[in-house]
Amino acid sequence: MIPHVPIGRWVADAIDWLLATVPWLFDAISEVMSTVVNRLTDVLAAPAPVVWVVILAVIALLVRGPWLALYAVAAFLLVVSLELWVETMQTLALVLVAALIAAAIGIPVGILAARHRAVSIAVRPVLDFMQTTPVFVYLIPAVFFFGVGVVPGVVATILFAIPPGVRLTELGIRQVDREVVEAAQAFGARPGQILREVQLPLALPSIMAGVNQVIMLALSMVVTAGLLGAAGLGAVVVRAVTQLDVAAGVEGGLAVVLLAIYLDRLTASFGQRTALSRVLGTRRRGRAAPAEEDTPSSGQPVEEPALSTR
Amino acid sequence: MDRLSVTPVLQVTGLTKVFGAREADALRLASEGLGRDEIQRRTGATLAVHDVSFSVERGELFVIMGLSGSGKSTLVRLLNRLIEPSAGTVEVDGRDLRGLDDDQLRQVRNEKMSMVFQHFALLPHRSVRENAAYALKIRGAGAAEQRERADWALRTVGLLERAEARPDELSGGMRQRVGLARALAADSEVLLMDEPFSALDPLIRRDMQDLLERLQSELHKTIVFITHDLNEAMRLGDRILMLKDGRTVQLGTGPEIISAPADDYVADFTSDVDRTRVLTAGDLMREPRMTAHLGDPAADVLRALGAAEANGVYVLDDAGRVVGVARDDLLARALQEGRTTLDHRSVVAEHAGTTADRPVVEFVHLLGRHPVPLGVVDDDGRLLGVVPRAAVLDALSAVPVRGGVR
Repeated sequence: MIPHVPIGRWVADAIDWLLATVPWLFDAISEVMSTVVNRLTDVLAAPAPVVWVVILAVIALLVRGPWLALYAVAAFLLVVSLELWVETMQTLALVLVAALIAAAIGIPVGILAARHRAVSIAVRPVLDFMQTTPVFVYLIPAVFFFGVGVVPGVVATILFAIPPGVRLTELGIRQVDREVVEAAQAFGARPGQILREVQLPLALPSIMAGVNQVIMLALSMVVTAGLLGAAGLGAVVVRAVTQLDVAAGVEGGLAVVLLAIYLDRLTASFGQRTALSRVLGTRRRGRAAPAEEDTPSSGQPVEEPALSTR
Repeated sequence: MDRLSVTPVLQVTGLTKVFGAREADALRLASEGLGRDEIQRRTGATLAVHDVSFSVERGELFVIMGLSGSGKSTLVRLLNRLIEPSAGTVEVDGRDLRGLDDDQLRQVRNEKMSMVFQHFALLPHRSVRENAAYALKIRGAGAAEQRERADWALRTVGLLERAEARPDELSGGMRQRVGLARALAADSEVLLMDEPFSALDPLIRRDMQDLLERLQSELHKTIVFITHDLNEAMRLGDRILMLKDGRTVQLGTGPEIISAPADDYVADFTSDVDRTRVLTAGDLMREPRMTAHLGDPAADVLRALGAAEANGVYVLDDAGRVVGVARDDLLARALQEGRTTLDHRSVVAEHAGTTADRPVVEFVHLLGRHPVPLGVVDDDGRLLGVVPRAAVLDALSAVPVRGGVR
């Protein structure tokens, strides 16, 4: 017989030890997160819905184009008519905070993993663990650490959403044309310069695809967060499930889908040239053009030998 | 032909690179003379470059020529330590690159050696001008200086009007001009060019070769040029190093390699080369069998012509400059008329000349039209030698002697 290896016991002991040793740490995290989410919710839900519908539509217009703007108006007005506006904004706040933190952790780790093989090898099983462990398994310690409410939901969402950020960042940097990186080295660029000026800009589409995935996964966690007592669309769905209320369930679910489509289409265009960057780009170039004429370099160079050009 | 020898800009000694874990074992086997395949089989390591030595003089265009897998791309990257050598030294201006720390090495790369890449390796998110200014930006130069140097370099390669474009808006040839401008703007002494024209269409490649020749005649950079195309090597290179399986097979000028390939491998290459573009008047010239001077006894000259079975002879002045040609029939008439010394009246202008550096293709039409062979003259008109038509025909039709020099 193989003796039972008490892994579960060890983890539980470790969690008990953490709770006994640094309870203030979890309190602090809890305090900060709930404050941030609540403030953001206030900002999103306080004004009349039509204000934010217009703002979201304008963002869609600048980043993507008129079709997404049209969609935003229709989708969010539908949400208002379903009387789920406040819940939708609560969910949006939770998703934005969780996605921001997940990206803030995932992208740097992805950069490290791309630059150091050891980090890549060490991080990979951790990511596998985070992505495949059933969500409810780490809900339990999350509740121990942070109690019920919005914070354990955010934390669980962050853990779930980090892996694609890491993976797509690492992949993006590794896929940057080796010769271009080599060229930067050959001209004497420092590793930091190569990262900032070559690798990150060229990996941007892949990194932004990662951000898009982070946001979508965060959104898929809202129901779970609702289970833990976070207000929002998740709570609506959970209540509908417990009351076997099909109508409320469908409406809550639909609001999640409408929000998801909006966020996906918006962030899917991040890596590409957007309407906004086209506008900014032309303006930059427009400013640069007149400056060209009064610099001496557009005439004959001063001390260089005059060379014929073909 | 020999250059005045100062310190070579680039001095490479015993340069060796092994890829793989068992580097020391592989080095030992390589020094015992084992081949690349055998070393791979015994140690699993790849002997990419083995014991390559050469030096490049200031202003020289040095070509490293080899097929894919010959180690030429590795070799050029060993020169600026993009790849760390396993053994051997690289000295730039007498300074051993191995002794440099990271900062010093970056400085050498930034200021002393610039590289041009096969697939251009431009930054796609930067404008052509920003790409050209890249080395200066890394150096921390001010915006005005960056712009001035970049614009000068772009004008030099004929691309200034596209300075605002992105690389992906340009054709392949134009992109490589940007690559070249980026290297020129750095104002470094040494250019490392890793198959810069291999990815281009033949016509564009020809244009770029013309451009490089023109730049080189104006800027006199020290260039290490990698290629797999012997015609390109012959056309551009002052000297050529033939590389095979990471080892030097032959090192010499184009004509030396053509006329005496070191082994069958080199001979195979040279059979495809257009010799009329490689061999120059200087390669084919020989001492004239005889020359005459103004004031020589006409009878002696005529007798010597008979002995040499020639119809005419170059007449030189006291400085060795060509005055003209003394024809046998004119000499005979002079003797009949009682003029016994060779004077201007017996001399005609029936000859053609060339300078030593011109290839056969440029003077072949002048051959065999005069009573004297084609003359090779220096810039002052002094006769250096002659190129008989038979010598040209012989060189163009000759089966190369294998295992000749070196």
